[in-house]
Amino acid sequence: MAVLVIAEHDNASLKGATLNTVTAAAACGGDVHVLVAGHHAGAAAQAAAQIAGVAKVIHADGDSLAHGLAENLAAQVLAIAGNYSHILFPATASGKNTAPRVAAKLDVAQISDITKVIAADTFERPIYAGNAIATVQSADAVKVITVRTTGFDAAVTGGSAAVETTAAAADAGKSSYLGSEIAKSDRPELTAAKIIVSGGRALGSKEKFDEVMTPLADKLGAALGASRAAVDAGYAPNDWQVGQTGKIVAPQLYVAAGISGAIQHLAGMKDSKVIVAINKDEEAPIFSVADYGLVADLFTAVPELVKAL
Amino acid sequence: MKILVPVKRVVDYNVKVRVKSDNTGVDIANVKMSMNPFDEIAVEEAVRLKEKGLVTEVIAVSCGVAQCQETLRTAMAIGADRAILVETDAELQPLAVAKLLKALVDKEQPGLIILGKQAIDDDANQTGQMLAALADLPQATNASKVEVADGKAQVTREIDGGLETLALSLPAVITTDLRLNEPRYVTLPNIMKAKKKQLDTVKPEDLGVDVAPRLKTLKVSEPAKRGAGVKVADIAALVDKLKNEAKVI
Amino acid sequence: MALDAESFDLLLSTVQRFVRERLVPAENYLEEHDEVPVELVEDMKDMGLFGLTVPEEFGGIGLSVGQEVLVNFELGRAAPAFRSVFGTNIGIGSQGILMDGTPEQKAEYLPQVASGALVMSFALTEPDAGTDAASLKTRAEADGDHYVLNGNKRYITNAPRAGAFTLMARTGGPGAGGVSAFILPAGLPGITLGRPDKKMGQRGTKTCDVILENVRVPASYIIGGVPGQGFKTAMKVLDRGRLNISAVACGMAQRILEEASRYARERKQFGKAIGEFQLVQAMLADSQAELLAGWALVREVAQRFDQKPPHVSDPDVSMRVSCAKLFATEMLGRVADRGVQVHGGAGYINEYPVERFYRDARLLRLYEGTTQVQQLIIGRELLRQD
Repeated sequence: MAVLVIAEHDNASLKGATLNTVTAAAACGGDVHVLVAGHHAGAAAQAAAQIAGVAKVIHADGDSLAHGLAENLAAQVLAIAGNYSHILFPATASGKNTAPRVAAKLDVAQISDITKVIAADTFERPIYAGNAIATVQSADAVKVITVRTTGFDAAVTGGSAAVETTAAAADAGKSSYLGSEIAKSDRPELTAAKIIVSGGRALGSKEKFDEVMTPLADKLGAALGASRAAVDAGYAPNDWQVGQTGKIVAPQLYVAAGISGAIQHLAGMKDSKVIVAINKDEEAPIFSVADYGLVADLFTAVPELVKAL
Repeated sequence: MKILVPVKRVVDYNVKVRVKSDNTGVDIANVKMSMNPFDEIAVEEAVRLKEKGLVTEVIAVSCGVAQCQETLRTAMAIGADRAILVETDAELQPLAVAKLLKALVDKEQPGLIILGKQAIDDDANQTGQMLAALADLPQATNASKVEVADGKAQVTREIDGGLETLALSLPAVITTDLRLNEPRYVTLPNIMKAKKKQLDTVKPEDLGVDVAPRLKTLKVSEPAKRGAGVKVADIAALVDKLKNEAKVI
Repeated sequence: MALDAESFDLLLSTVQRFVRERLVPAENYLEEHDEVPVELVEDMKDMGLFGLTVPEEFGGIGLSVGQEVLVNFELGRAAPAFRSVFGTNIGIGSQGILMDGTPEQKAEYLPQVASGALVMSFALTEPDAGTDAASLKTRAEADGDHYVLNGNKRYITNAPRAGAFTLMARTGGPGAGGVSAFILPAGLPGITLGRPDKKMGQRGTKTCDVILENVRVPASYIIGGVPGQGFKTAMKVLDRGRLNISAVACGMAQRILEEASRYARERKQFGKAIGEFQLVQAMLADSQAELLAGWALVREVAQRFDQKPPHVSDPDVSMRVSCAKLFATEMLGRVADRGVQVHGGAGYINEYPVERFYRDARLLRLYEGTTQVQQLIIGRELLRQD
């Protein structure tokens, strides 16, 4: 039996998450088909056809699918679900929104956020906020899955699958899309941010702090933090202070630029998932907690990093 | 209209869980249990809607062992009017819970069902959506704002890269995200009032639901430990590590 | 009187959460401004913290002593000033009226005390009457069915915030038997407050002198209506208060130990965490062991307290209360000292919680009966017993 990937796209192009999901799909065994459900989504469908390893693209186009309403997208998936042993969604807001509906209608379990495919019926997934990894096995006839994209490499281009059109599912009529607001570079709040970039006294002035650190924060969609020394020197406002007497944070990624890593600062960020330190002093204590350390002058390294991202 | 608020009893969010040495699961013996934080937000939202005069009754529901009563008492102390415990010792997975809730929805006919978007133990993020599908209701997940008027719910949802607003006809299912509200502290006078509120107990058989789990957990392991840090030679190497090894960007 | 177990568990969880999420983060503000933020005071009222020990029938929660010590342990983990906001209401402020007040006095005052609408202060100590409280000089001269009060009270907690005082004055002859307890509304003509005391620690708590000049009150303001009972009332009240101070001491010791342990794990010297050095481990170990001992003692005495008839003094229980107060507060002093020592130079710096707790802790051996008073109580009772 084949495996179906529900593409994540904006009608004009595919989102990267789709590529990672295709890789996961391939690991499940069987032909990989991709469903592109949208409105005027021809370009996205064509892009899907070019993914290496995709055997067929099914393109459903209609008004009802214009805004990814879960009720309609689920109905679309269910219309073709019968042909598949596995149905995979990227674990994006949209994927997580729709996959459970599909599973419930098929009366099967849904497996969320898989990070590894062990076998066609066995998967790894994080539980307890990633403090434990569960290996689960499904005996259901159809496996409905959301895929954590960071667990799989992106599939490359090089395919040339056929694109098959299919009728769009009717509008369920119980929900309607009123509008969206794409986040302008709204800086996330420090204690809730997934990524934080912090600057230290080495930046030398408020102007330099803003000039060097802001582009990096923008590029990463990160919150801005600072060491106590930087705050005391006036380079950053009080509420940016991370540390013993500032904020305690634990983001997925913490980048410390020009911060020596005194214990008071470490107390505020040592529980970050991944810590990167950029400092020109290779003896700086921050390197003892950093997962990745770069001994370099931050005035060169940080702009270079912004360019490379 | 009535609002149904399902709440789950989970390991308290402050507890650092440990994987059992035999890898059969996470050690939760003698560990502090509390209401799932997202569910607290759901109860708070329901109570606020009631305080605005839009809702006649807030009913809290929990499925699981007898101790879930404590979670229901907390819900009533926040302001739920009454509670239902679906008591079972069986391992409950989202599909089973959704079926149990659907049976209660059929019985109670609420205008709105508000749930936490996910439980902090299994991190599944499925129950609300499954319930909506089984009951043929519209849904809005990850809500950060809810307005109810004229038989409709207008919900702003958090999506990747921004916000989206939907209008749902009632009855509907909404799941809560962190930014929806800040739950009130349970006051001691309200704890006293909660003692007198009604709590009914039913069993899955009474609701005609087979709760047998579908997924089998073969093993639970620790995540990869934080290894010793490495020094990278240059920016290119750093970006490579962050993308491909740490997978944080 | 006790709250049912399920409700109490919920209450305790709520208090723990409140301490962790609201009080501890407000400690910096408290230290800086010498003031508990107004919103927090309002939240404490909403939460019902002022009514922990007032019975349900008067609008409180009615905790048993066993339950009260558990709550006070949790409150001990944050700066003492927070608990101090309602400490007098749950302790001496309410208990005197509760134990010995007339039905009218209970009905009038207890609901307000429980809601926090009225902050109650306890005024016993004077410039010349501390440990020798029975020698107090504040006079209440009878004048028909009124009394006229003159005198000076010292170190009165919450006096600047109080809506009323439970105040001890001499209505009769010398000694304990001549003292009566009055409920004095704070706004009465003739009552003035001294300047707030500048203290070693306990930032955010408010204490000052209370000066009485020809304060005229009806005789019905005497708690229980009968003069000469005041000292007995005060002593009964102090017992429960002492046990709760012991619980607070244990909570403070717990907090200090947690801070010191964390520091020992994170601070690196000579290439490793200082917690790996045995001399540091020894300090932490000593603190842990005696904290557990003190806390076990407090809880055991609390159980006995609940088992004896309420509102009646039992000299054996009182002796045990004194043992708990003696041990727990002295233990706190040692734990606080070691807490600073583990921190090294940082322990001398105000931004570290151990520095503040070290100064805050000192008072616990002095008030609610000094360590020496406790020793006398224990010694005398031992010799009195067979």
